[in-house]
This record gives sequence, structure tokens and C-alpha cells, in this order.
Amino acid sequence: MPDDQSAIMVAAPQDTVETATIIMRGIIKRFPGVVANDGANLEVRKGEIHALLGENGAGKTTLMNVLYGIYHPDEGEIWVDGQRAAIHSPQDAIRLGIGMIHQQFRLVQTHSVTENVILGLKESFFFPERAARKRILELTEKYGMKVDPDARIWQLSAGEQQRVEILKALYRGAKILILDEPTSMLTPGETKDLLNTLRRMTAEGHTVVFITHKLEEVIEASDRVTVLRQGKVIATLETAATGESKLAQLMVGREVLFHLDKKQVDTGPVVLEIDKLSALNDKGMTAVVDLSLEVHAGEILGIAGVAGNGQRELVEAITGLRDATGGRIAVNGQDITHVPPRARIERGVCCVPGERWTALIPGMSIADNLILKNYLQPPIGRGLFLDRAAIAAYADGLIKDYAIMTPDRRTPIKMLSGGNIQRALLAREIACQPALLIAAHPTSGLDVGATETIWQLLLAERERGTAVLLISEDLEETLSLSDRVAVIFEGQIMGLFPAKDANLEQISLMMAGALRLPVRSTLRQAQGSAYLAGEPA
Amino acid sequence: MKIPRLRFERRLSSPQWLQVAALVVSLLLAMLTIAVIFYALGVNPLIAFQRIFRGGFGSVYGLKETVTKSIPLMLAGVGLTLAFKGRMYNIGAEGQLFMGAIVASGLALEFSEWPAYILLPVMFLGGFLGGALWAAIPAILKARFRVDEVLTSLMLVYVASDAVKYLVYGPWRGTDTRGFPITDEFSAAAQLPRLIDSRIHYPTLILALLLAVLIYLLVARTKLGYEIRVTGENPDAARYAGMNYQKIALLVMLISGGLAGLAGVGEVAGIHFRMRPPEGISPGYGFTAIIVAWLARLNPLAAILTAFLLGGLLVGGDAIQIALNLPAATVHVFNGVILLFVIAGELFTRYRIRLEF
Repeated sequence: MPDDQSAIMVAAPQDTVETATIIMRGIIKRFPGVVANDGANLEVRKGEIHALLGENGAGKTTLMNVLYGIYHPDEGEIWVDGQRAAIHSPQDAIRLGIGMIHQQFRLVQTHSVTENVILGLKESFFFPERAARKRILELTEKYGMKVDPDARIWQLSAGEQQRVEILKALYRGAKILILDEPTSMLTPGETKDLLNTLRRMTAEGHTVVFITHKLEEVIEASDRVTVLRQGKVIATLETAATGESKLAQLMVGREVLFHLDKKQVDTGPVVLEIDKLSALNDKGMTAVVDLSLEVHAGEILGIAGVAGNGQRELVEAITGLRDATGGRIAVNGQDITHVPPRARIERGVCCVPGERWTALIPGMSIADNLILKNYLQPPIGRGLFLDRAAIAAYADGLIKDYAIMTPDRRTPIKMLSGGNIQRALLAREIACQPALLIAAHPTSGLDVGATETIWQLLLAERERGTAVLLISEDLEETLSLSDRVAVIFEGQIMGLFPAKDANLEQISLMMAGALRLPVRSTLRQAQGSAYLAGEPA
Repeated sequence: MKIPRLRFERRLSSPQWLQVAALVVSLLLAMLTIAVIFYALGVNPLIAFQRIFRGGFGSVYGLKETVTKSIPLMLAGVGLTLAFKGRMYNIGAEGQLFMGAIVASGLALEFSEWPAYILLPVMFLGGFLGGALWAAIPAILKARFRVDEVLTSLMLVYVASDAVKYLVYGPWRGTDTRGFPITDEFSAAAQLPRLIDSRIHYPTLILALLLAVLIYLLVARTKLGYEIRVTGENPDAARYAGMNYQKIALLVMLISGGLAGLAGVGEVAGIHFRMRPPEGISPGYGFTAIIVAWLARLNPLAAILTAFLLGGLLVGGDAIQIALNLPAATVHVFNGVILLFVIAGELFTRYRIRLEF
């Protein structure tokens, strides 16, 4: 990618100092077990809207938290308006004219908009209510943000609350505004309003950096875009000179890291059958729409897609943590659509959820974590009691078989490295000999070595004859592991095809919602016909 | 000029020595604070501490009283370790204690003819149920409607306390009490035996020790205990593993309420032999039990020890009230200060705190 290489080189202070308002060079930020930013370079020009694009865990938010002084980088330099900046706290950042709007709003629910905006300011001893109110009205007028300064926060929609956060930053004199996934909570209409406001702000000389993983927003709103992957900046591009599929490729990466030894496995009968499933997300908005899928014994079905397109809701509907609002789910021919989670576990539905800590108990020992799914059955559970000798034997066995690196089984699981935690989690789920194994983002945040062992474990399950539903944002992972791949967009399957026939460009378009193939949910149909018959929508 | 700031960093692990050290330092700081209070009241803190210690632990009489007072603290405290483990913040053990006392008194007055070997077990059983049902109200509100159990359980203390008042001033006021708001004395069959020359109603003590061991085994060794631990540490994981959160929430509240109810039975059947107004039955045992459970770090066996210590503090507090002419509320101030410091001290086990310049 020669054009990308040149793009990385832009952050050289001497020749960009006139146009660049922010330069971040060689930023390295390590967390226990992970390198969140690995030598990231970023250059933001004055008066532009700059998109920061990347998958979950690519290091976008970390990089911005470094800029806003929430994290202190282990290495690297920051320049603001040509000056070397030492930003130790958000107060320092605010002093430099940087404001950040977090994904989770930090507002006092029972206070008014005005009170929230001036909260914490030390302008005068008395509460400067009237002056503040006037200034807020000026700002809302100027940037086209509709907010009632006297409304209480709890009365406001997510979009309005976000405007209050923006007002807070502007009120403090922010010239550079960082927004973390600003549209994730917004309705389409509110998104449009927000983008308008941002454009008006840049017209007034403000600079905007927004974090996103939505390609269409990058194209629609940004002047330039920086793509991050695994903590590294992959490219900085003029938005006008690029397109959604190109960005998708940069975002998910294209090279295959390992050559996987995938054995030929004869697929068996249908294990998981999903028929016209619908489900809502936590905010009560539609997340999964009339989705149909079949997963057979001995196959891995991969679901590719950008995060937040209904993957989590789909998984939770299958495991019973979320009610299906329509449709039917069956495992081995038995309807499980409305049975409780425990009954699904007993029917062989095992799951490695995307948010690891929802399936583990951080403060409890590895042994106690390993028995979470089978503590009721002998030999672990006997009558009312737990058999401690059986637990020890069982845990030690899994620790050995799955090469979980730990001092011993009594160590709290939160003490392990990310790879070992994930291995323990997968070991537990596999040890139950599932009929259906759901693995959501099984390798996110893991290093190369840990990733490979997780992949081997999933392939071994496939050979054992388990139906595996793989959900991943990592296209490379999905394509190399899966037998068939489905692309999900806004809770719908945009296309379903054998992994060996995958066409990266078409997948990118499907991930962006720009292409939809005629749906063939069954294996026979998909194998029987060429899938490339679809036309761009 | 840069102002130095505190920076909090989450610890990945908190070693055992640190937890012990935090507890010891917290208690020392609490003592220091209490010393300041004594000083402000015009009492030499060293003398006061010495009197408290001597009062609670320094004589045979003091020790007997300390054991006596540790009985209700132990029962209610052990119950609370279980509730807190399951992340149900039952603050209303005091009210559950009153309900246990009410039910036991009702049974004692109504069935005074029954022989002791039937009446006393029935009173304990009834007291357990009374406390358990009183605790079930916040539990159901929490499990069904997500109402904060801290508020509901606390508010129900006052309801229970007023119920006690109503009964002793009204329908249950005794016939030979010369107008005092107390019930008639229970029949001999409803009175618990005591150790000679003391108020130690040993059946209740044995029951408390037994229950501490049982609750310990329940948490450490049983399937249900495992579910309680998982639910308490990570409700998401419990749901994911198919555990029934509502069932567990209800159960830990029922048990903790029931144990507080037993404490109430012990007080009316072992100490007073009758029902009295609420402040006569309990000088805040249910609230002090919160400190018992917390100081024990939610370990039911350790709660035996902490109940004894806080029982001694209550006795010692009574002693200095008389000897040094201090207000009756002094002991409550102690308890509050100790709880505050112990909870604040936990911060240091979870975070690494640095001063940054």
C-alpha cells in the first residue's frame, strides 16, 4: 500500500506547523497485557473535521484520552498550535482549548442545562446564572443547537444531552472538540443535526475530531480521516479521495497472518436454526430484523460486520439474555425461543460473549470461574454441596489441557493476562461439550500468539462436530476460520456465502450497507449457486 | 503554580497483608478520632479508653455482659454477612429484630400454657419467620421493581419500631405493670435458661455459633453459596450462567432477616422475659450488626469475634456513661466513627493512591 505509507509520514512538525493545530507523534500507551497505542501519529489541521476510524479496541479512544490528559502516554510527544504541550489532566487540555465529549455523558441528571454547563467553573463566588444563561443562548443560536437552558437533564433526549456536553466544552473556550462515537446514541435525525452543528463550528474556526467506526459518517462528515488498527495508525487520507470500501479494507486489514490447517469436515445436520428473528437493543430500538440463519454441526459460520449492527443482540437472543420480539430459534430441532438461559445451557448452547467480563467473576478464583456452567451436575455438584476435590481435579485438568498460564487454580482470574483469561473462558465453554458454540470477538485485544491458540481451539471444536457461530469484527479472522460467512448490517444479513468465494470488495460494500445479496440461509442453496449475482443497491 | 493532586489507580490485586493493614490502620485512626471527641467533651481520652476496655473485658462481670450483648450482634451480623455477600444491602436488621421479638412475644403470651420444650422452639421458629418476612418486603420490591433495598429496609425499621410501641402501649400492655408500657412477664416455659449468675441465655448463644458455622459452610461449600457469591460479585455473569437473581436476592434477605428475628427472640425470651418499648429491647443491635459484618469482612466465622468485640464496646460504653458522666449517645458515635473509617479504609485496598506534583 504505497499511498498509505506516504500518508503515515505527514506528522513532521517543521513543515506542517502552520496548518496543523494538533500533532501527536509516536504515542505509545500500554495497559497491563495490551498495547493500546503503538507508536501512533496523528496530525489534525486547523478548521477541519477529522475522523478517527477503527474497530473496537483499535486504540482510538485511548489516543484521544491521551490528548485530553486522562491518560499519560508512556512515550511520544504532543504539539498544540506549534507548541510542545505537556497535558497531565483534562484541566491542562481545557486550558489549551481542547474539549472532549465522552460516549457516556457526564451530566447531573437533576440539574438544569445552565447549571450543568457552569458546574465546576471558578468564575465568581456567586452562581453566575443569568450571565451564563445569556451566553448559552448565544452559543446555541450561533451553532444551531436547540437546547432549553432551563430544562432539567433527565427531561432531555440523548441528542439534547450531547448538545449540553458540547455547550460545556464551548463555554470553557474549546477550539478543538473531540467527540467519542458521537452518533452511537442518536437517532438518524439527531445525527444529521449534529453533523450540521459540527460544520458550523468548523466554519467559525473550530476544529473537530470525531471517533467512529461507521464508514458512512466518515464519508459524509469528515474532511480527512485517520485509520487505526491494533493501536497503530494505518493511514491518514483526504476523505474526498477515498471511499467506503477502501476504508473498510484499511480498517479491518487484509493480510492473513497465519496459514491455518483447516481439515476437511463433513457438515452434519442443522444445529442452530434461526427463523425471522427480531430483537431490540437496550434503548428499545430495533437491533435485529427478520434475521434467518442456519448453522450445521461441524461448520463454522462467521458473521462479519462493523460493531453495533445487531451482533450483540443476536448473541443475547440466542443465549436467552434478551427477549426475541419475533421469530423462532431452535437448537437440534427443539424450540428455545422463549426458554430461560439455564434450559438453553442444558441443551448445549455455550457462549463466549464479546464482553468477556459479563461471563467471568473477576475476583473469584480460576477454579470457581471454570465451574460456572457445570457446578450443578456431578461430579462438581453433589446434592446440595460442591465437591471440592472434584473442582480441584476438574480445574487442574482444564488448566493443563488448555495451557492456561497461572500460578495455581486459586489465583483470582483477573490476575491473568488477557490471552489466558480468554483461554480459560473458552476452555470452560468447550469443556461442556456444546452442541452450539457461540464465540463473539474471541480474539479481540489478544496478541498474535494468543490469537492463534484460540483459533486452533475453535477449529478443533469444528472437527469434533460442534456447530460454531463466530462473530467478529476482524474480517481476516472471519474469513480464515469460517466455512460460510454472513455479513450483518443494521440487524440484517446482507449476504451469505462460502468463505472460499469471498470477495473483499463486495464484503466491504455489504458491511457498509451498500450491497445486499439475495438471502440463502441454508447450506445447500449457498453451495448450489454462485453468490456473486447480487447487484449494488 | 501547580497544585499537588491525588491520583487514584485501580489495583489489580489486593494482597492479604494489605487488607489486614488497612483494617488495623483504619481502627487506629478511628480511635484517634474518638480520642479527639473525648478531649472535646473534657475527658482524658486515655482514661476513657481504659475505662471502656475495663468495662467490657476487664472483669468477670464485664465479660459476662459482653457475651450477653454479643449474642444478638452475632445472630444479626452473621445474617448480614450473607446478605452483603449476595449484594443485598440490608440495613434494616434492627426492624427485623423487632419483628422477631413481636412474633415471639405474641406466641409466649398466647400459648403460655405450653411446655417449654415446645413453646421455646416455636418462638424461635416464629421469630425467624417474622424477621424473614419483614426482610422479604424490601427483597421483593428490589427483585421485582428495582426499588433500592437500602431505603426500604431502613424505613421498615421505623415501622417495626412503631409496631412494638403500639403493642406495648396498647393491646399488649400488661395487667400488673402499674401502667408501664410493658407486657406481663412471660410464663416460665417461655423464658430461656441462663448461665448461673449472668444474663447469658446460652441456648441462643449456641444457636448463634451454630448458625455462624452453617452460614460459613453454606457460602463456602454449597451450590447455593456459590450462586450467592457469583451473584454478589458479578450479577451479569450470574444471569449469563442461568442463575435466578430474584430467587437468590430473596433468599439471602430471608435468611438475614430470619437471623435478625432470632436475635429479637433471644432478647425478649432471654433478657427481658417480656416485651418492652423498642429502645428497651435493642440499643441498636441491628445497626451495630452492620459493623460486625463489615469488620468481619463478610466472613461469618470472623463475625463471631467481631460481635464479641463490639459487644464489649457496648458494655464499656455503658460503663463510661456512668463513670465519666458522658451522654448515652457516645457509644453510637463510636460505632459510626468505626464504620466510617473501616469502609473508607477499604479504598486503599482497591486503589493505589499517589500524590502528584
